[in-house]
Amino acid sequence: MASSTTAYWRGIRAALPFLLVVAPFGMLFGVVGTEAGLNLAQVMGFSVVIIAGAAQFTAVQLMQEQAPTLIVLASALAVNLRMAMYAASLAPHLGPAPGWQRILIAYFNVDGTYALSHMEYEAKPALTLSEKVGFYMGTATVICFPWYLATWIGAVLGASIPAGLSIDFAVPVAFMSFFAPALRTLPHVAAAVTAIILAILLQGVPYSLWILLAGAGGMIVGAELERRMAK
Amino acid sequence: MTGWSDATIWTIIVALGVGTFTIRFSFLGLLGDRDLPDWLLRHLRYTAVAILPALVTPMVLWPNATGGQTDPARLTAAILALAVGYWTKNAIATIATGLAALFALQALGV
Repeated sequence: MASSTTAYWRGIRAALPFLLVVAPFGMLFGVVGTEAGLNLAQVMGFSVVIIAGAAQFTAVQLMQEQAPTLIVLASALAVNLRMAMYAASLAPHLGPAPGWQRILIAYFNVDGTYALSHMEYEAKPALTLSEKVGFYMGTATVICFPWYLATWIGAVLGASIPAGLSIDFAVPVAFMSFFAPALRTLPHVAAAVTAIILAILLQGVPYSLWILLAGAGGMIVGAELERRMAK
Repeated sequence: MTGWSDATIWTIIVALGVGTFTIRFSFLGLLGDRDLPDWLLRHLRYTAVAILPALVTPMVLWPNATGGQTDPARLTAAILALAVGYWTKNAIATIATGLAALFALQALGV
């Protein structure tokens, strides 16, 4: 127990810098959701039930554009598909944990908890299962709980923001902050450029299906380029 | 929210919650530590850097706030934010650049 408690605190310390990202993003979602006309319970519902920033922004944006419900769901879930990769890469480390722990681990699987924990497990292969779970829960404590609080603060503040400010621009800028720092390799850049070009060319496709088509096109180009470069 | 009933909004929240949890639980809970095929992992690696840029493109080129007209100030601020995000790999610097650039350009009357 003692070693998993130590690991828990180590996880908390490792995640502290993420507060600088979680706090403004959570507040921004609260503001944007409120400005879009969601009530406080609905804004909090997004952050507590879904707990995935980029997908939450995606859903609210598409709802404002009056996209069909199925497109809202498919597009927001497509944004979250990367988490299947996170789950797969955590499975060798956390897969043996008891069922109720895996349920909590899955719920808290966001970019920050995954990145920090995976780095820790790779750097310290000797960690026991309970230490690994402890560290993960430490990162989740710092990254996920403040997400709720920040959303609430943003939602309450959002109701009092004057209409003249260009708050609409915060949404595309927030999206850019999700993907621009992730453009680490040539295939990443190729995937993004392909998706942008397809998004422009396919605007006329009905039901906002261009999002999924452009996204799939970008993924295929990125994956194919990676495969060819690895040869 | 205009055009959406409370019931539909909550349906979307719950459906996205269940769908997102299923994705997160998938290979951790249901399929154990079975290895995924390489081609699938390779494609999943590019979901974020493909779908997010696609989503953002029309928001930047044809913003609702300007009635769908391309706005030089928003376009310039977006390109600056993208460049800063790419070079610094820093999310907060990306947002700060985009918003500061837009406010500055609007103050200059662009």
